[in-house]
Amino acid sequence: MDLLNAIVALTNFVLIPGLAYGSQLAIGALGVTLVYGILRFSNFAHGDVMAFGTMVTILATWGLQATGVTAGPLPTALLALPVGIAATMILTLVTDRLVYRFYREVRAKPVILVIVSIGVMFVMNGVVRFIIGPDDQSFADGERFIFTARDFKEWSGLEEGLALKSTQALTVVTAVIVVALLFWFLNRTRTGKSMRAYSDNEDLALLSGINPERVVMVTWLIVAALATVAGVLYGLDKSFKPFTYFQLLLPIFAAAIVGGLGSPLGAIAGGFVIAFSEVFVTYAWKKVLTYTLPETLAPDGLVQLLSTDYKFAVSFIILLVVLLFRPTGLFRGKSV
Amino acid sequence: MSDTTRKIALFALVAVLILGTGVLQSWNSALLILNMGLISAVMALGLNLQWGFAGLFNVGVMGFVALGGLAAVLVAMPPVPEAWSAGGLRVILGLLTGAAVIVAAAQVHRRLRRHRIAAMVAVLVGGFFLYRWIFDGGVVAVEAVNPAATGYLGGLGLPVLLGWPVGGLLAAGAAWIIGKTALGLRSDYLAIATLGIAEIVVAVMKNEDWLARGVKNVNGLPRPVPYEIDLQNSPDFAERAAGLGVDPVTASTLWVKLLYAGLFAVVLVVLLILAQRALHSPWGRMMRAIRDNETAAEAMGKDVTGRHLQIFILGSAICGVAGAMMTTLDGQLTPGTYQPLRFTFLIWVMVIVGGSGNNFGAVLGGMLVWFAWVQVEPLGRWLLEFVTSGMSEGPLKAHLLDSAAHMRLLTMGVLMLVVLRFSPRGLIPER
Repeated sequence: MDLLNAIVALTNFVLIPGLAYGSQLAIGALGVTLVYGILRFSNFAHGDVMAFGTMVTILATWGLQATGVTAGPLPTALLALPVGIAATMILTLVTDRLVYRFYREVRAKPVILVIVSIGVMFVMNGVVRFIIGPDDQSFADGERFIFTARDFKEWSGLEEGLALKSTQALTVVTAVIVVALLFWFLNRTRTGKSMRAYSDNEDLALLSGINPERVVMVTWLIVAALATVAGVLYGLDKSFKPFTYFQLLLPIFAAAIVGGLGSPLGAIAGGFVIAFSEVFVTYAWKKVLTYTLPETLAPDGLVQLLSTDYKFAVSFIILLVVLLFRPTGLFRGKSV
Repeated sequence: MSDTTRKIALFALVAVLILGTGVLQSWNSALLILNMGLISAVMALGLNLQWGFAGLFNVGVMGFVALGGLAAVLVAMPPVPEAWSAGGLRVILGLLTGAAVIVAAAQVHRRLRRHRIAAMVAVLVGGFFLYRWIFDGGVVAVEAVNPAATGYLGGLGLPVLLGWPVGGLLAAGAAWIIGKTALGLRSDYLAIATLGIAEIVVAVMKNEDWLARGVKNVNGLPRPVPYEIDLQNSPDFAERAAGLGVDPVTASTLWVKLLYAGLFAVVLVVLLILAQRALHSPWGRMMRAIRDNETAAEAMGKDVTGRHLQIFILGSAICGVAGAMMTTLDGQLTPGTYQPLRFTFLIWVMVIVGGSGNNFGAVLGGMLVWFAWVQVEPLGRWLLEFVTSGMSEGPLKAHLLDSAAHMRLLTMGVLMLVVLRFSPRGLIPER
């Protein structure tokens, strides 16, 4: 019975949050890795693209709520999501046209594009804060829980509760759908194949008649959609704050690099590696250990390896370890 | 326009802008801009060394600046004897244990033939618990000593000016560790590594209360210049102020700021001369050769990674000195205020706008961009008031006026993008 309690506690506090956070990171990292694979630079503005998409979605959600439209038990933000995606697509296309295209044409070095993306980051950050302000916004509505800790206790008769927030379930389901769609697109459609060909070998792709501008455009459209979905899911699960989204850049990049930059499969694996290690290391293990260990060995302290404030340190250390022992990431990424 | 006249004209523009602030707004704010401008120029000089000379993509400036600030506190604040006797030695012992564990793990990894990964992990895990056991006890004891006022170990009680070189040394030490691990990697990876380390440095300073009180901030740092109140009470000073026709309160604040400006200017000029000498020495030429073509430089027998490490440490040390100067100017260490946009990416804007690879460009960029950063906010407010003047009172108008503060991020981004597009070598290009 005790072991059962330990498993339930572990699932409730580590596995489910880790799974949800990992899905969010994975979708974010997919965007970073696509930009890297096709456009060949690390996009520092990605966190702010996510923030922009989420902001538009929030505004649309408020609009829907004001007119009384809701999605029943689901968050209204799901209905508003297409608006957010469309706006973000326009944003990325306009940014590409105004900013990035010039550097592609002059064949600037990748590092110049990274610096340019820092400038874009400033602008987007300013725009988001200008429109919605720097404060926390909570926009989740609908049912909060699929089942609560109390329901679970009554149903199972265990001491430990297990709660499943609807946003967590929604995150995982959406992530599965998004990833399946993306892989179907990349592997089965003509455009997706031309994207992969372009990413593999630009010159050969050009020789076989692939239109680079079209590939780039499609990439930005997909990246916009991924970034918005990732941002909205993260915002529903936690809350929306422009600065937090900017800070997400670090775990997202860590995920993309750990998986291997340029490799979509790697981005997903990296997202979960980073998310689970963050949750594992910052979780207070006291409860689980008290259930599993004999009474005499039960710990006094919280048995928290690192305080939650150091969660960035975790993604960073994993990043370093992977880079030192396997510099191209878990799934062989590119190295330009 | 020749190179020199261009330089003189641009620096004259900065002078006019700052003097204009003095005439139009107040001399106090003009001097405030000047002081932070000088500090920003030092930071830009440090980053220019890394990016402009060597092409190293460092986005961790914030971390080195914060370390410099920490050094100022650790050097200048008086020690807290009760905290030291309560658990100071245990904390130090804990840290030494931590270091010893890492060294031991590295040795195990190097010496053992079989099972070395497993043995290394075992050493690390066991060592971690030992370290936490020693360290945590000490931390609890130290933080329990009068937490409202101290709750930390205090500093060494030495003159704060000594904290400036120490800040440089601390930043250099951190840069050595990062450089050793990350410099062999590709430029994007170095960027992410430095970004991460900066976040970690700030997180440590926020959470380790025994070190510098964390987010409770350390206030009242000793000053290298006299206090305003002492000046106002000194009859000598009051007399001289009256002779100039200024009331003693204003005169004292101005005088203190001028003294700071003098100190900062000395540091900036010394560093600028050194950087200029370095740029035009064989070493500087070698650096630029490595930057422009690593493979060719390596074929000529240059130790690329070694040189990169060297210049990475030097540039970071300069950022550390600037951080210590800033904390001295503020008179307090506030870890909560370190934000990457302000302390990393803004410095990048300075270097890019000023002209990467040119020391004078970096200094100019530092002063000019800092001026813009400060003045965009009132300008933005004025602009929005103008735009909204025709609108009726309502939430939209209030929101727009509230948002004026965010104009500066937008402006900085646009400024950077415009310079990168139309004048990629900056205002004072590298020769």
